[in-house]
Order: sequence, then C-alpha cells, then structure tokens
Amino acid sequence: MSTPLITADLVAVDLVAADRDEATRLLVDKLAAAGRVTDAAGFLADVRAREAQMPTGMPGGVGLPHARSEHVTVPSLAVGKLSRGVDWGAPDGPAQLVFLIAAPAAGDEAHLKILAALARRLVHASFRTSLLEAPDAATVADIVTREVVVP
Amino acid sequence: MKFVAVSSCPTGIAHTYMAAEALEQAGRAAGHDVQVETQGSAGTVPLDPAVVAAADGVIYAADLEVRDKGRFAGKPFVDVGVKKAVHDAPGVLAQAVAAVEAAQASGAPAAGATPAPVAAAPARQVGVGSRIRQYLMTGVSYMIPFVAAGGILIALGFMLASVAWDENGAIEVTAVDRTVLWTAFEWGNLQHWAVLLFQIGATAFGFLVPALSAYIAYAIADRPGLVPGFVGGTLAGLVGAGFLGGIVTGFLAGFLALWLATRKVPKGVRGVMPVVVIPLVATLVTGALTILVVGPPMKAINDGLSSWLGGLGTTALVPLGIVLGLMMCFDLGGPLNKVAYVFATTGLANATSSASTEARIMAAVMAAGMVPPLAVALATTLRPKLWTESERESGKSAYLLGLSFISEGAIPFAAADPLRLIPSFMVGGAVTGGLTMAFGSGVLAPHGGFWVTPLISSPLLFLLALLVGTAVSTVAIVVVKSLGHGKDPEAADVGAEPLVAAR
Repeated sequence: MSTPLITADLVAVDLVAADRDEATRLLVDKLAAAGRVTDAAGFLADVRAREAQMPTGMPGGVGLPHARSEHVTVPSLAVGKLSRGVDWGAPDGPAQLVFLIAAPAAGDEAHLKILAALARRLVHASFRTSLLEAPDAATVADIVTREVVVP
Repeated sequence: MKFVAVSSCPTGIAHTYMAAEALEQAGRAAGHDVQVETQGSAGTVPLDPAVVAAADGVIYAADLEVRDKGRFAGKPFVDVGVKKAVHDAPGVLAQAVAAVEAAQASGAPAAGATPAPVAAAPARQVGVGSRIRQYLMTGVSYMIPFVAAGGILIALGFMLASVAWDENGAIEVTAVDRTVLWTAFEWGNLQHWAVLLFQIGATAFGFLVPALSAYIAYAIADRPGLVPGFVGGTLAGLVGAGFLGGIVTGFLAGFLALWLATRKVPKGVRGVMPVVVIPLVATLVTGALTILVVGPPMKAINDGLSSWLGGLGTTALVPLGIVLGLMMCFDLGGPLNKVAYVFATTGLANATSSASTEARIMAAVMAAGMVPPLAVALATTLRPKLWTESERESGKSAYLLGLSFISEGAIPFAAADPLRLIPSFMVGGAVTGGLTMAFGSGVLAPHGGFWVTPLISSPLLFLLALLVGTAVSTVAIVVVKSLGHGKDPEAADVGAEPLVAAR
C-alpha cells in the first residue's frame, strides 16, 4: 500500500463533541483536510445513512461509523478519542473511542482487504486499549499501521 | 465441536469481519473449531466443502441473504444477525452448541454409536445415519408447531363445546357445517365459537404430514425440495399412508430434487432449473409414485385388515381390544390406526347403548389412542433429561392432546425416534385396549377423549385402564430411551468427545 491507512493528522486525541453526529463530522473534516475525501458533506451523508440503518456502537465504548462512498479516494481510518463520551447506540454506554472508516466505492480488493483486517483487529480488546492509552496522535497512527496487516 | 459460520452486513466492510473475528476468538476460547465465511465487500472465499461437511452446526451472523445456503441444509443452526455476533460472540456460540446438542439428543437412534464421532471427524463425509437423522429432525422441528397449534385449538374446541352443548358437545362440534362460520356467525353463540376453534385447529392439523414431508425434502434439497415434499406429503395423507408415509415421500421428494439439481444441463436451462424444472419434475414423479406405488398397498392393507378385524368376531373381546390397541398406537393416524378407528366408528351405527359390544370396541379404541401422547407427556415430565428442550415443550401440550384423544400429539416424538417409541406406545396401547374390554366400559362417542367421560359407562374403570396402559408405556419409553443413550443427552455427547480427540 502506498498510502497508509492512517497518519497522525487523522487522529484527534481530544475530541469534544456534543453528540454522535458532531463527532462524526469533525472526523470527516479531518479526512477532507487530508484530501482523502473529496466532498465532506457527501461522505457525511453516506455515513449518516449507514448509521440510520443500525447504530454502530460497540461494546467497550467504541463507535464505528463507516461507509463506502464515491467521495473517498483512498481507504482511510480517522480516530477520535473523547474525554466525554457520546451515545453511539451501544447497549453498555457512550463511546469514548470513535473509528471512522472510509472506503472508496470502487475499491479494489487490496483496499478492501486492509479494511477487513482493521475490522478484525478492532474486535480485540487489547488493540482498543492500546489506542485508548496512546499518549499522542503519532502513537495512535503507529499502532494502527503496525497492527493492521493483511494476513 | 466444529462450526461453520457466515457473516455479512449491509456495508460489507466492518461488521462482517468483526463478527468473523469475534466468532473465531470465541471458538478458540471455548475449545470449538469455528470457520467463518465472510460474505463482505472484500470478496467471498467460500468455505471448503469438506469443512462444511464435517461441521456439526452452522451459525448465521448475516444481515444479508446467505449465499448458497443450500450447502448447509439439514445441519442444526442458529440465526442471530451480525450485530449479536459482534457484541456477544461467546453467547452466540453457546446457543449454537445448544442447538447441536438438541439435534443430537433428539435424533436418538444410534446417537451413542457411530454417527457423532464420524460427523466430527475432519475431512470426511458425515455418516449416512446422522445425515438421515438430521433430515428427519428438520422435518419434525417444522411439524411440531402445527401439531401444537392445531391440537390445542381442537382440544379447546372440544372443551368449549362441552359447555356450549351438553355432554355430547365434543360430538356435536364436529358435525356442524363449517360454512355457518362465514355465513351466519353469531358473536354471542358459544357453539359457533367452539366450531370456530375446532375448524381452525383441524385445518392446522391438515398440514401436519405435508409439513413433515416438505421440510424433510427441504433439508435434503433446499428450496427445490419444498413443492414435491408438500405435494407428496398431502398425497400420502390422501392415500391413507399417515406420517410414516409422509416420511417416505419427504425423502423421496428430497433426493429426487437433489439428484435433479446435480444434473448437468445446458446453460440456457440452468436458470430455470430451481424454480421450474426441478419442482415440476420432482413433483410429478413424487406424486405419481405416491399415488400409484404407495397408494395401492395402503388400500390393500386397509381392506385386508378391515375384513380380518370383521372376521375376528366379537366373542373374544379382550384379545380384540389388545389387537385394536396395538393398531391404534402403531402409526398414530396412519393406515393401521385408521383401520382400527374406522372399524370402531362404523360399528357404532349398530350400537344401541353404551353397553353394546360396538360401544365397548369404541371405548377400547379411544382409550388406547389416548395412551401415546399421554405417555410421552408423562415421560418428558418424569425424566426431562432424556429429552431436548423442544421435546419437553411439546410434552406439555401432549397432555392436553392426549386427554382429547388426539393421538397425533405423539407424532413428533415417534417421527424422531420411531424404532424405540412406537413399540413403547404399542405395549401401553395393548394393555389399555385389553383392560378396557375386560372392564366393560363402552362409549357411543367417536371422539372427545376425556371430555366425553360423562358419556362413558363405568368411567372410572375406563380411566383406570387408560392410566395403567399409560404407566406401562411411560416406563417402556423411559427404559428404551435410557438404554441406548447413557444417562442423558449431554452425557452422551461428552462421551463422544474423547473419541473425536483420539482421531
């Protein structure tokens, strides 16, 4: 992969958001600023549509908004850590760690495999904890790059 | 145990893979082998057919239609949706384990012997015996709700009828022309309500053998098996072959459809195979065989037995009662049962009082016909560990069905384990039939069971005969169920584990 899934500028270690929608929007803005999303509003609408089907809150305080969208140029992950969690529809409480996954609509298989590998890593509590405990944005990006590999 | 699973989600990039990972993790933690096919956006790598064949059970963690579901037909499964698998994979796995155990426990014949280890052996076809059992169990599990819903409605109809009319209610309710329900229904008329319950229940009961047959075929051949299975089952009922006939038509329809599905056909025809060609041909052949091959011997059995029964004469009533009891309990609504029942009800025309020989024959037939459902009900209550969860549940409704002389209440049990249960029923039926004759009870009502006790002469002795036969049958069931099984289904499973590990 030429473009890494995540870089330090896609990580918000101290995200402040009132609700799920605002948190998503702030992360989408980061993707747009990095040039990974061409149309922030369009991509946000795609993510919202997915959330509307079924909220993506996971056990353990994780929100996992995601979408495949034509506005995405490269598969990307934006991570936000919230000191004050927001409700993400999970049964066990608000989300403090938010992963926004952006997949290109016409993604080739290599692209999609890296996202599949990411989704599989996210299930592991140790992976989530290490991200939550990472002191800064660069560490978060490093952990993801190191741990998410296509088998 | 070995599981295969399919995961999918609307977007196909996150939950599909999270569910897969979570299930595999839960499998490792609990010591089960779980292999997941992710039907997501990154392309689907189909499970190795050998892995599918060796799997004990299937987990569907899919929010989309599962692709090629036919591969998994007949295996015990849980269908939980993708989110449940992500959030609580260990719980889902536990559910799947329970489903497999339930299927293994209820498919009792030979469970202790070969099939379980063979089924678990890697890269080997699942044993024929255990496959047959899976097909049968699928049919039975789809049939059970028909038995329960239909049987209970009929019983409620009888109960209400005995209030709405006088003591003859259970007879009156079946004699009312049902068109009255949609032409002249009176909301305040209890009799009409009783007829309504009875007619709906009887209609649900009409699906019993067709559903059994259809879902056996479905387990074998997936959707293309349904039509020939339904038609075959309905025809089996029509020619008087009962539930045993329905099992035959189910396997016939299923294997026929499966065989047709595996034929090599030109590309142009392939698209219409599952929706047109397979159902058409399989239904024609199954239907023709049922009518032309299964039908005539049924007729012969019917005629032969009827004239034989007629020739037995009515001098030796106790042996006659024993014979009738055996027949009533053999096929629970099938040809032998029918012959005995029709023999009794046609005789009623000549009966003048409940002391007449004909009335005594009817009483023996009715009492014996009540034994199988009551005996299984009692057996599930007394020895719950011998039965699966769903059998214990059916056991509860079997009490009501037995009291209402609805022998069919025992069919789910008999169909799942015919070799052990049918003889157990017959022993009890023979005892009850013989005793009823010896006690001299008679009844002029052709049905109704417990609800027509006021019409039975020497009702207490009638109930005593019923009770003794039921007790005998219950003991027989518990003994034969325990014999081949070890102590209980769970223990049998545990016993099989080391064998698997040793391979």
